[in-house]
Amino acid sequence: MARTMTRTTTTADEAPPHAPEDAGQPPSLFPPYRSTVDRSPRQPLIEIPQTLTERTGPAENLMGPARADLTTQHAGVPIGQRIVVSGRVLDEQRRPVASTVMEIWQANAAGRYIHVADQWNAPIDPNFTGAGLVVTDAEGRYQYTTIRPGAYPWGNHENAWRPAHIHLSLLGPAFATRLVTQMYFPDDPLIEIDPIAGAVPEPYRQRMVARFDIATTRASFALGYLFDVVLRGHAATPFEDRHE
Amino acid sequence: MSERLDNQSPELFGQTPWQTVGPFFHYGLPWKGGADLVSASELGARAELFPAEHYLLHVAQARGPVKGRVIELHGRVLDAKGQPVPDAMIEIWQANAAGRFVRDEGDSFLGFGRSSTSREGEYRFRTIFPGRVQEQAPHIAVSVFGRGLIKRLVTRVYFAGEASNEGDAILALVPEARRGTLIAAKDDHGYRFDVELAGDRETVFFDL
Repeated sequence: MARTMTRTTTTADEAPPHAPEDAGQPPSLFPPYRSTVDRSPRQPLIEIPQTLTERTGPAENLMGPARADLTTQHAGVPIGQRIVVSGRVLDEQRRPVASTVMEIWQANAAGRYIHVADQWNAPIDPNFTGAGLVVTDAEGRYQYTTIRPGAYPWGNHENAWRPAHIHLSLLGPAFATRLVTQMYFPDDPLIEIDPIAGAVPEPYRQRMVARFDIATTRASFALGYLFDVVLRGHAATPFEDRHE
Repeated sequence: MSERLDNQSPELFGQTPWQTVGPFFHYGLPWKGGADLVSASELGARAELFPAEHYLLHVAQARGPVKGRVIELHGRVLDAKGQPVPDAMIEIWQANAAGRFVRDEGDSFLGFGRSSTSREGEYRFRTIFPGRVQEQAPHIAVSVFGRGLIKRLVTRVYFAGEASNEGDAILALVPEARRGTLIAAKDDHGYRFDVELAGDRETVFFDL
């Protein structure tokens, strides 16, 4: 398979290729999650080398300023358990991914989304939207304050319930490092019967489960959870692919 | 020490797994103007899907002059049965008119955009025709997200009528019979590129 391309120049925005998906990534087709059946390709993916297009990404934040406190976005205090989620964004070599945008969205404490398509009969909280944004610092660290989301029923199968989760979207340094995931909470019995979390084989599924942390728990204010995000790292030394 | 494995377990360290964006991402991801890489507009967002007081996303501001030929890149996302996918999201990443991925002197263009799909499954970007990157034909990298897509699908837009398509090293990796799924057709608005997630004319998707 052609993993190499002839490159005649090295530009200022040149960057090395990223490692392929590891064994913990889910398939596109996972029939227990019913919507995948009509929405996943049947042909095999075609393997291509990462050109400059895939090795680069926007070097600035296009999504606007940080919104790191989801509990102070409206006139009143939202209902529910206040939590502080902290962690780092790292690559597979444990190097910090600095200045990268993490977008956050979630349901409210009752498991209801602020969205017309969410028809579940649980209350909307006028003081909670559930949309945030953080930018990692030089050590890849981020932190945001929110409300612990509730579980909710969905139509995938009889008596189906999604475990409580927070949606996270990260660009990382390149097109190849894009990641959208969901963060789950420890000791949630719904995780092991959820077909979306279940698309990720064990033990890798547990990579999506946050850890309760007393050190980041704020006295008389909020429970602390830790969640590190690991993006695809570099496949090899930056120079290896020039030995062709 | 917790007995159960979790995100902080050293023995589990590795890539965070992909999960779907689900159907409710519109108040969290596609901002007003995210699909307009040329000027300030509200292209890309679907703010009608939630109450106005809950629009907390960015609103793109006017940018400086952009070099190159302005085009509209649009199309539909379709499922295996040919039905439009109204809860998908498309992102693009492309070079500027000079074939570069950074803002150049005198050119405010930066090639990242995001568009949700409409009720009819349509997405729409206002962008510029990309310059050639190294020896490659003009192209735009595309990520497809949506309910039912556990992880993104990656494809590329090439342009009908470009002589350099013939020599493109990535297109050459695609069986000739399927290459056409990557070529956007010229129309009155610019270029049309449909994404067929599955089916007879399934779009070619890439493993990077």
